Amino acid sequence: MTASILQDEKLMELKNTIDEFKDKEGPLMPIMHKAQELYGYLPVEVQEYIAKALDIPLSDIYGVATFYSQFTLKPQGKNTIGVCMGTACYVKGSQAILDEIVREIDLKPGETSDDFNFTLNATRCLGACGLAPVIMINDDVYGRLVPSDIKGIISKYRTK
Amino acid sequence: MEFYRSHVLICGGTGCHSSGSADVMEVFKTELESNKLENEIKLVQTGCFGLCAIGPVVIVYPEGAFYSKVTTDDVPRIVSEHLLKGRIVTDLLYHDSVHDDEAIKSLDEVEFYKKQKRLALRNCGVIDPEKIEEYIAFDGYKALGKALLESTPEEIINIIKASGLRGRGGAGFPTGLKWEFTAKAEGDKKYILCNADEGDPGAFMDRSVLEGDPHAVLEAMTIAGYAVGADQGYIYVRAEYPIAVKRLNIAIDQAREAGLLGKNIFGTNFNFDIEIRLGAGAFVCGEETALIASIEGKRGEPRPRPPFPANKGVFGKPTLLNNVETYANIPQIIHNGADWFQSVGTEKSKGTKVFALGGKVMNTGLVEVPMGTTLREIIYEIGGGIPDNKEFKAAQTGGPSGGCIPAEHLDTPIDYDSLARIGSMMGSGGLIVMDEDNCMVDIARFFLDFTVDESCGKCPPCRIGTKRMLEILNRITKGQGEEGDIEKLEELGKNIKASALCGLGQTAPNPVLSTIRYFRDEYEAHIRDKKCPAGVCQALLQVLIQAELCKGCGLCVKVCPTDAISGERRSPHVIDQSKCIKCGACMEKCPFKAIVKG
Repeated sequence: MTASILQDEKLMELKNTIDEFKDKEGPLMPIMHKAQELYGYLPVEVQEYIAKALDIPLSDIYGVATFYSQFTLKPQGKNTIGVCMGTACYVKGSQAILDEIVREIDLKPGETSDDFNFTLNATRCLGACGLAPVIMINDDVYGRLVPSDIKGIISKYRTK
Repeated sequence: MEFYRSHVLICGGTGCHSSGSADVMEVFKTELESNKLENEIKLVQTGCFGLCAIGPVVIVYPEGAFYSKVTTDDVPRIVSEHLLKGRIVTDLLYHDSVHDDEAIKSLDEVEFYKKQKRLALRNCGVIDPEKIEEYIAFDGYKALGKALLESTPEEIINIIKASGLRGRGGAGFPTGLKWEFTAKAEGDKKYILCNADEGDPGAFMDRSVLEGDPHAVLEAMTIAGYAVGADQGYIYVRAEYPIAVKRLNIAIDQAREAGLLGKNIFGTNFNFDIEIRLGAGAFVCGEETALIASIEGKRGEPRPRPPFPANKGVFGKPTLLNNVETYANIPQIIHNGADWFQSVGTEKSKGTKVFALGGKVMNTGLVEVPMGTTLREIIYEIGGGIPDNKEFKAAQTGGPSGGCIPAEHLDTPIDYDSLARIGSMMGSGGLIVMDEDNCMVDIARFFLDFTVDESCGKCPPCRIGTKRMLEILNRITKGQGEEGDIEKLEELGKNIKASALCGLGQTAPNPVLSTIRYFRDEYEAHIRDKKCPAGVCQALLQVLIQAELCKGCGLCVKVCPTDAISGERRSPHVIDQSKCIKCGACMEKCPFKAIVKG
């Protein structure tokens, strides 16, 4: 595992980012963003690598990784479904939308399907309040939803 | 410079973008090319127009034709009829943008814009945010020139102080004082920060400013750098805002290239540069000391103040931190003077405030009004009222830190102080309208759920106290409320407000306390009668088919996700309560309104 994760071109890219920020003030967050973007999550081997490169304790990296909700320690699914639970969406029925998705793909918020096709998240406000209630699948936004819309939308992302 | 006979402005704000404005833009491009119009008509992707509810929005000048809900199918008609033949496609125009005789209204005559005053949003929906030339053409960077070439740092601070501008992030601290404290702080190095970690659910004005007018923020931060003696700025922006980040990066590059950021700006010996730092999804990082910790690469935990950031901020150096909307006002104040800004607003709150109007209101979107405008004007005149003839119940301002304002206060002129008096707060400007179908206990529970999740865990009142409050609220909404629960919530709330470390904890009880203050009867109905009057709390209600209204059409059977509905065709159906999950899908589908929650 260690060897396969660390010996590839992703690592080179991460190394470039580390070199870019290493001598700047507050380098950790930009580097971790890059790592999360490259690997889709933060494997412990990557955290160890960053710790060594910046000469800071691994516990610091782990502390930061677990504090922020955008960093994750688990691999994510191919399609990420984010159900907006901001206030505007909530008062317009996002709970019913979430419930419907939970039934449709049989995952709870925060879970990833066994085949790694879906990850379901109940997200913070997506800032598209004018279209409430809103969900986002990868980069696609679906707005003004009612529960009966869900089945059709999800089916577009099922593995064929 | 090229001249065009028409300009087509396409809204590229978040709302319209989500409704498909990028595709509309693409089709415009190909249609213009195939009609050989690309050298006569200019396409401009702008920031937010404000009226997200009817997006994607397209405005064609010089006529000012306001097209709403434009689809890719509509574009060929607009191009061939309007742009080629000069015949406006009236059936695609926004209904309130034309007079009865089909003549086009100017934008200030449209009900949605009539009472608005766009200062912070001045350029949003007007210029192309990815072109520095357009910003400069609208007086951009003039204020910076005036500051650097004609004013001393003290004079700049005095103008900001005299303008009466207060922090738009929510607390309303006088901006000029903050600048003065940072300017007077001792230090070899100082920093300018911009708080663009807009975390309040339901607020997206900072996002719209960054996406629609990024140079205004850069210009303001540079002016601030000159005023307090800093040469480095950071913009801390939510990672959830990719378009804002992209446009900021473009703007920074253009400003550097034009010599408006970097060394010897305007030929003076003043140097200033700006970098972007991304947040990573932590609401508490909107608090200034937590934001500073996050920029330093640490867990975003707040620390006690003093020392204030003005004396000891990022990397231990004196730091000035303002919010995006606050900065967006700065260049115009320098440009037009303190008296000009003073003339708008109320006695203690000057200028305007941008609100993100959402929830149960017709015209959802972004509105900017002078301080002192009433809630009624915003909701009923600008917002167009509540849809489906429902009754207004409350307006929520200030997000998880604010409160719910009932109908009796609809005529309160809104400013920092009046909102605080009625148990809410300005906050960053989310304004969510709720109607009779929203349960106020459930809303209080919703906000507490948010705060508990976002509490950083450093101080016990917030970490443990809000959790206890949430447990009580969960019990109440599940029908397990007990006598004394309301009093317990009030006591806990008061203690948390008094003892929590940072603004997040100190304001977390507000949604609960304000709903108890104005909607105590709803809490009592949940606790004593085990009823949810609004029909929201699922444990307290049943979905029932009224036999006398049911025609047995069977539509509800098809839509029910748990097969809980059964019945013969053309005769009344029934719901099996053991299977029903109360999702309400059947109610939504029933053409005869025969299904009710009770």
